[in-house]
Amino acid sequence: MASFKPTKIQVYPKLGEKVTQDTLYWKDYKTPVQIKEFGAITNVDVSPVSPHNFAVTAFTRIHIYGPFSQEPLKTFTKFKDTAYCARFRSDGQLLVAGCEDSVVRLFDVSGKVALRMFKGHTKSVHVTDFTSDQYRIFTGSDDYTCRLWDMANATLINTYQEHTDYVRCGVTSKLNRDLFFTGSYDHTLKVFDARVDKSIMTMDHGQPVESVLLYPSEGLLVSAGGRFVKVWDLLKGGQPLVSLRNHHKTVTCLCLSSNGERLLSGSLDRHVKVYSTTSYKVVHNFDYDASILSLALAPDDESVIVGMTNGILSIKHRKSPEQSKEVPGQQKRRPSYRVFVKGKKRLPKQDDYLVSKPVKQHLAKYDKQLKKFNVSKALDTALETWRRLKKPEVTVAVIKELERRGTLKNALAGRDEQGLYHLLHFLIGNVVDPRFAPVLVTAAEMILDVYHSVIGQSPVVDRQLLRLQDLLEKEIDYQQDLLEVLGMLDTMFASSVPKMEVPWFSTSCSNGLTEGEARPPLHAI
Amino acid sequence: MVGHGEIRVVHRGGSKLHFRAPTISADSCFLACASGDCVKVFSTSTEECIHHLRGHTDLVTGTLLRPSNHLQLYSCSLDGTIRLWDFTDGILIKTFVVNLPIYSMVASAKHEGVVFVVTPTHGDKRSGLFQLVAVQLPPSPQQQGEVLDLSAVIDDVSSNPAATAFGREGEFIASVKGSRLEVYFFRKEKSFRFSLKENNEKNKKNTFTCVACHPKDDCIVVFNLMMTLLLLLFILRRNLNQKKEYTYLTLHWHHAAVSSLCFTPQGTNLLSGGVESVLVQWRYKQENQKDFLPRLGGAITHISVSPDGVLFCTSHSDNKITVIKNNVKVSAVIQGLVKGERVRTDLLVDPRSKVLVLNGRPGHLQFYSLQRDKLLYNLDIVQQEFIHEDGLQQFEVVHAAFNSSGNWLATVEERQQKSADVELHLKLWAFQEQTQSSWFFWQFHPDWAPHEAQVTALSFCPSADHQTTMLVSTSKDGHFKAWAAGSDTEGPSWSCDFVGTYHGLVPERCCFSADGSLLAVSFQKVVTLWNPNSWELVTTLSQPPGTIRHLCFGRLSCSKYLLGTTSENLLCCWNLLTCTLEWSTAVETTLLLDDPRSENVAAFSFQEGNTDLFVFKPNEPRPLFSHKAVCSGRVARAVFAPREELLEACEESSQWLNLSQLYFLTPHMDLMTFTTKVEEERLMASSKPLVINDSVAETPFSLLLGKHRRQHENEERVLSGSVEASAPPQGSSAVRELLQTPAHVLPSTSFLCSMFVQSLLVSVTDSRSKNKPVEEEMASDNEEEDSEEEMEPSSRSERAPPPTDSTAAATAVAAPALTKAELRELKRVRRLDLSWLSGVCS
Repeated sequence: MASFKPTKIQVYPKLGEKVTQDTLYWKDYKTPVQIKEFGAITNVDVSPVSPHNFAVTAFTRIHIYGPFSQEPLKTFTKFKDTAYCARFRSDGQLLVAGCEDSVVRLFDVSGKVALRMFKGHTKSVHVTDFTSDQYRIFTGSDDYTCRLWDMANATLINTYQEHTDYVRCGVTSKLNRDLFFTGSYDHTLKVFDARVDKSIMTMDHGQPVESVLLYPSEGLLVSAGGRFVKVWDLLKGGQPLVSLRNHHKTVTCLCLSSNGERLLSGSLDRHVKVYSTTSYKVVHNFDYDASILSLALAPDDESVIVGMTNGILSIKHRKSPEQSKEVPGQQKRRPSYRVFVKGKKRLPKQDDYLVSKPVKQHLAKYDKQLKKFNVSKALDTALETWRRLKKPEVTVAVIKELERRGTLKNALAGRDEQGLYHLLHFLIGNVVDPRFAPVLVTAAEMILDVYHSVIGQSPVVDRQLLRLQDLLEKEIDYQQDLLEVLGMLDTMFASSVPKMEVPWFSTSCSNGLTEGEARPPLHAI
Repeated sequence: MVGHGEIRVVHRGGSKLHFRAPTISADSCFLACASGDCVKVFSTSTEECIHHLRGHTDLVTGTLLRPSNHLQLYSCSLDGTIRLWDFTDGILIKTFVVNLPIYSMVASAKHEGVVFVVTPTHGDKRSGLFQLVAVQLPPSPQQQGEVLDLSAVIDDVSSNPAATAFGREGEFIASVKGSRLEVYFFRKEKSFRFSLKENNEKNKKNTFTCVACHPKDDCIVVFNLMMTLLLLLFILRRNLNQKKEYTYLTLHWHHAAVSSLCFTPQGTNLLSGGVESVLVQWRYKQENQKDFLPRLGGAITHISVSPDGVLFCTSHSDNKITVIKNNVKVSAVIQGLVKGERVRTDLLVDPRSKVLVLNGRPGHLQFYSLQRDKLLYNLDIVQQEFIHEDGLQQFEVVHAAFNSSGNWLATVEERQQKSADVELHLKLWAFQEQTQSSWFFWQFHPDWAPHEAQVTALSFCPSADHQTTMLVSTSKDGHFKAWAAGSDTEGPSWSCDFVGTYHGLVPERCCFSADGSLLAVSFQKVVTLWNPNSWELVTTLSQPPGTIRHLCFGRLSCSKYLLGTTSENLLCCWNLLTCTLEWSTAVETTLLLDDPRSENVAAFSFQEGNTDLFVFKPNEPRPLFSHKAVCSGRVARAVFAPREELLEACEESSQWLNLSQLYFLTPHMDLMTFTTKVEEERLMASSKPLVINDSVAETPFSLLLGKHRRQHENEERVLSGSVEASAPPQGSSAVRELLQTPAHVLPSTSFLCSMFVQSLLVSVTDSRSKNKPVEEEMASDNEEEDSEEEMEPSSRSERAPPPTDSTAAATAVAAPALTKAELRELKRVRRLDLSWLSGVCS
């Protein structure tokens, strides 16, 4: 006696990304905290010392937030115009920021008024940074110059006038006190040495450079401009190593993960992409609501801070380890369960005689009902709300099984207004899904056959039927359009394929529909 | 040894087991069932076939236990004879010649020496009218007896055996035909008729299909097809007068036709079963209590109950007999070659295990061992619950193909829906290397709609390197597709490699050359040849007018030839090197088949209602071998099965059978094959020693007796104290007998145990004394000890009140008692069958 064979649920290939180690790592963040600022957030800088506060530059203000605070700990408001590029010194005590009014200001993190003002630029200053010896400040400005200032007496040490367009990004070396790197809208990246008056290296990015980033080892330089992210090998004299084009709008900001194995890039296309720094493949992708201007990672990747054009600061904190490890199965079992599994772990001794017990076949509820030929009940079970919404493939499989048994009509018939409403609701939701369409179209036809006499009696059902009709009309239009496109593509393919030597040979085209046209000489023997 | 090469067509298994209801012996140990033109006797516990009762020359149509002797069995056949068998020994006792084709047979204990058979009225088969005839079997001692005493009982009966039944201890016989139930009372010699009401007359289905009578009570159960949900239960009044008084009860459960009804011998339960494949057990007089045994397999065709009511048997349309204990639990399944309505797949031979693979139960492929005539395994292809309902479109496996190494199996299943669209699945099954023993395949869907229309052919590329497995499928949608296996990290994966078309014509056949370098695809009238590596069209061949029916490449030395048959009755052979037609001949070919081991090609041709076979080599248009009228009707399926051991026949006409054997399915779905004289002689030679081994016919009885005799001799020898070193190794022979004898004929364990232990004892002393003469003393010491031990009980027994034989050991006491029992049995048997024994002797 064979056992009942349960309904086969078709497994469809899962769409979307594959689950990798990276997706698990980068998905392991809480829902973001969103803070509204006054204007576009152009820069986010995380303090290098604990507790790793971060400075957010937005419009005319610089806010300093604590790692878990939603209110700013401190605000610097002494700017007459838009502030740019607030950066912490390596000891976290001082903060420097540029401004639209060409004045560079130096603040004590605990103070309020600017300690020093560096005046000399003629246009807005978009780049400021401390050198690694902590006594000098490097700035880059829209007047095409880069300057080096002495911090103590606020005097200009040197001016570099090599760029031919706005200098919008730059970074100083953490290992060498005299090196700094700039990127400009003249498409070039330059390396300057404070000991000489000229740039010592120039690289052509090919697009206006929006952001530069130095690897911790400082052997590689990353630049972002246009849609491209490029990596340069400094030790080989600025040789381009790799060029990444994964965004479809300008890339505005770059960031490295704490262990240096992942590179993050934010773009105006509202995506943050995570690259592996060994293979330079995209391993993960974040989506945001607006174009991204600035991006920072807290140490140990504890939080991802993203500033956007609409002034929203989004902070994602990593889930705490116990929170992420929480598994629902770990909760304590009820006593009945313990009785149920009692003796299951006992291992048989050598002389024990094992009495085999027939394994009870577990069947889903709809299968039990199908086994008893309760077709209507099986369909009801398959149409339960959660199953209908979460697992439409199960519902469709049951409908298909009923259709195979020739009892679908019986199962569909005899429903009240509520039941019919749910049925139609399910159809409207899934009938245009190409995976389910062949089954559901026949079911829809049957429903119309069975219930055409009651049309007009219930406004709820009538509304659903009208929606179904609209949906189908729309779908037919889509399909027609698609067929037109397919026809066009076929023509293009046919004209692009070079003539074969054997003219009647039909090639295998992408859709396999092209047929050989020429007449073959038949070997009529 | 050179045989004179005569080649015969022989039946090779696969005959119907479910044609008639099986008969269970009185002790429920054996089961006899009609199977083709012989009766097969099975053991109900081991499911093994014990005897083939051969003798009938036509289809056996019924078996019946002899009411007066439950060790004997009647069988009737269309050849017009009734034969009496001793089914435990497989001996034909008597033949009664009736001279009329017999369609079914019933008998009752009340009517001594009379069987009731259904024969055509006036002996005319074509009239379609049958009558129930009482046949007085002559008690003559001759082995063959002419039956002269025939008397018609009921005219116009149904030939179906389920439509006739004896009621209440043989007092009446009930028969149904159409919408009429007829009951004949033997005492009054009168018959009464009951007809269904007139208002149901319009419906043609308003008929009775089967009948059963209560063994103790006046109760007849009939099944009416029109009122599909009811069983009519007639309870006849005792004083059944002309008013035809009866009451009836209707029982509802079955929703489709019931094919068999049966009462248990005590009449407590009623069994019914039909298309639903559910055995329903009703309690008599408490009809609302039912037991069910669902999902037994194919539709139930017959139900029978053993005379002691311990076992039930159901026959199923998938050629299966299920043995069911009376607690409604299946205890054994006897399965023959499953034959569906049609074999849609070709006959295949699994390259790995060399078993025949074909359609079996719906949605399954069966693996059938040709050597053992046994079904090995059913592979569930469709994996869906089979709904037993008439007129329902089911999934059917339509094509199957193995690759050359046998580790891939491709199957196509399809379901024709009401509208024109076809639902089809292409499945690829990989043989699981790890679990070799358990025929396990795993499933892989390359795509859920491989083609838009029906698949017409399926073929694996027989590539020499097993790295790239390629499958080609052709379909009615005008495409042929090549599927290639690639290996992924997670396992093998299949993808579509190439889609080919030719002028929008429908591809019908595809065939790879033996080395896999050419693919031939026939598009109606044109054969196209493709290079499977580059997918270039190499050339086209055609022979209009006439659509190509079959294609096959020559092999080995003839690999340059391509053979094809057309619908215009032409057999063509193209030379692929010159692309010209080498030869062609006009013959209506129904099947063209190439031998995978040699260059021979077999062609079945249909002429004047019969099928002829030609075997030829492609390089010469002269047949190597031809056999006229292999069978009647068209042969549509055949296969060359490679032989396990090669045959050495020097005769030219039988050389083609040396490497492989040709099997074919007749239109009646019988599996036939060709054998040579040499082969038959070899078979005979191998079976002869078995016969000579025992001078007495091998029956459980004789085995017992023989052993006893030998045992007696041994004991005598032991008792006389002369332990001979040259004594035969009784221990090993006893053990061998013990192990070789089938379990169902062995005597009781208590008896065997003592024998076994004794044999061990003797053999140990023997071997020691034989192999190590140094230890002789020790052995003799042992013997002394033994004898001492033996003395003690004997002395004790002397003290016991009845002083028995003083020298007898404990074992010796048991043995005479047993022989007494056996002698009693022997006497009883003799008393029973003196007549037939004399017949055998004469």
